[in-house]
Amino acid sequence: MTDLVRKTKTRYTKAETQKIADSIRRQILGIALKTGGCYLAQACSSAEIIASLYTKIMNLGPSAGAWDAIPFPGVPGPDNMDYQHGSLYNGAPAPDKDRFFVSCCHYASVIYCALAATGRISPSALDKFNVDGWNMEMIGAEHSPGFENTAGSLGQTISIAAGTAHARKMKGDTGLVYCLLGDGELQEGQTWECIQTAAYYQLDNFIIIVDANGQQVEGAIEDQMIIEPLEERFCSFGAKCVTCDGHDIDSLVKACRTGHAKKPLVVICRTHGYTGVPPLKEKYPLLHFVRISPEERPVYEKIYEEMGGEGK
Amino acid sequence: MKIEVNTHERCMIEFAAKHPEVVVLSADLGSSCEVKKFRSTYPDRYFTMGIAEQNMCSWAAGLAREGYRPFIHTFSVFLYRRILDQLEMSVAYPNLPVVFVGFVPGITTPGGVSHQSINDVGVLRTVPNMTIFDIGDATEIEGVLDLAYERNGPVFIRMLRKEVPRLFPAEEPMQFNRARVLSEGEDVLLLSSSICTEEAIRATGALKEKGLSVQHMHVSTMKPFTDPTILDSLRKCRYGAVTIENHYEIGGLGSAVAEMIAENGLDRRLVKIGLPGYPHGASKMYLMKKYGIDAMHLVRAVEQLTGKDLKITEDYLLEERFVDYLEV
Repeated sequence: MTDLVRKTKTRYTKAETQKIADSIRRQILGIALKTGGCYLAQACSSAEIIASLYTKIMNLGPSAGAWDAIPFPGVPGPDNMDYQHGSLYNGAPAPDKDRFFVSCCHYASVIYCALAATGRISPSALDKFNVDGWNMEMIGAEHSPGFENTAGSLGQTISIAAGTAHARKMKGDTGLVYCLLGDGELQEGQTWECIQTAAYYQLDNFIIIVDANGQQVEGAIEDQMIIEPLEERFCSFGAKCVTCDGHDIDSLVKACRTGHAKKPLVVICRTHGYTGVPPLKEKYPLLHFVRISPEERPVYEKIYEEMGGEGK
Repeated sequence: MKIEVNTHERCMIEFAAKHPEVVVLSADLGSSCEVKKFRSTYPDRYFTMGIAEQNMCSWAAGLAREGYRPFIHTFSVFLYRRILDQLEMSVAYPNLPVVFVGFVPGITTPGGVSHQSINDVGVLRTVPNMTIFDIGDATEIEGVLDLAYERNGPVFIRMLRKEVPRLFPAEEPMQFNRARVLSEGEDVLLLSSSICTEEAIRATGALKEKGLSVQHMHVSTMKPFTDPTILDSLRKCRYGAVTIENHYEIGGLGSAVAEMIAENGLDRRLVKIGLPGYPHGASKMYLMKKYGIDAMHLVRAVEQLTGKDLKITEDYLLEERFVDYLEV
């Protein structure tokens, strides 16, 4: 059975990709119900983005990571550099394969669910999510399945991904480097330092995907800081930038295929943190970490049950 | 004393010739950090990153992940104070081989407090996986790149530039985690680093003339700080030890020695000489005297330790002294 599951599927229909997005939402709603709270809105906003990246957009090799969750393999150091890197779940590095950097690392549960839904890790590994002593941490780091690096301090991963793209370009690799960002972290100055540099070095192998869900910890982005107009900003810093409907698989795939000769490509995915789980809209814009109170449980449990039929 | 000029400029080019994966990154200060010639020699291996150190640091981490060996060149102060989070999360945590070549350490710049890295050793000693080298002369400039390469992890170098004295024989390169013995004795132990070693050499001469037995060691590996030869010398010094450094008096060489004394339960007094606080913009010699990181202050510290009035004045101290010129 495991051999069948583990064989990485490479062609997905739109319906299959949507099914994976639905299953991501359902599983993370399940985690929220089980634990009382989690980054549910991020799953709602990014489910189609991440499902599309894994099934239709990125060119990844089969997972080279352990099938099951593993105990935390230790902090990197002179005596511990051969630990299992989380990036192995996106395939062993190869010149023609793409790479995936996740800057918004509190999306870890979404990544783990996507890995499970695409046969890259055991579905039962999710039982170890946020369990002390395991590698399935709530905020992803070097060793977390699907992660290249430790991205918890916002604004840095885009530069690490760009440096990687720069190196791969010099080496003549044909694979691309993808980097997923949240929109709140576009307030970090380093993001823009990176875009100007990626444009200067003409990194046409670098694709930045922004889950523009319009929310950050303290509320709606527009009530905290000005980040718009995003497309104009990225273009003026020297990138090619396009906007798409982040809940529409066709729109996402088309946007990521936009030509971007001699420039990095930025894809702004307009999304909502309550897509697929309507009652969340009542909590908007305070959706960074969703808690479900005992009184709210019946409503969410009902949605969870309804999702079960088509989600799994 | 022989003065060498632009030693790093030559060494960086020779070093890069041996290691094709070595690349240089600069934040608009390459020409002030002796890599202008590197840029013309290896234009494809020199990356100008603009005046944007945070991105430069994380970008270097990406290059290192792909097998390159980035050597980041800018002023020391911008490589730890401005980008500590990037240094820690992008480079130090994943233990990547990125070398931070920090110029004008401490008060070696007249550029004022914004340019003076007075607590880099103190801050970076608290960063796991990090190795710290503090350069003291031209021979060490010639040796440090190979040592940094061999560490195969994050390394911070407090580098000296332009005219630098050759205090140590060229055929005796610096060694990792080993202090250099410049004088052997048993009364007091002088531990010096960076530009203060030249001052300690001057003081040692005068102290010996007054009949003191002086153990003088130059320290260039600040982290790790586990050199058994320093521990042995602490054990044998009768009156105690004096440290002198081109650094804030908290967190650097003096603090590292204090930890070693305490952790080994040694009954030894320690006088720490370092900068008492933020300096200001002026010449190196003026600042060394003003803030007391000079030979006279070292003599006073030894008097304090031994309880002896050594009657040493400026005249007693060796006249030869290296004075470099002003440049920001």
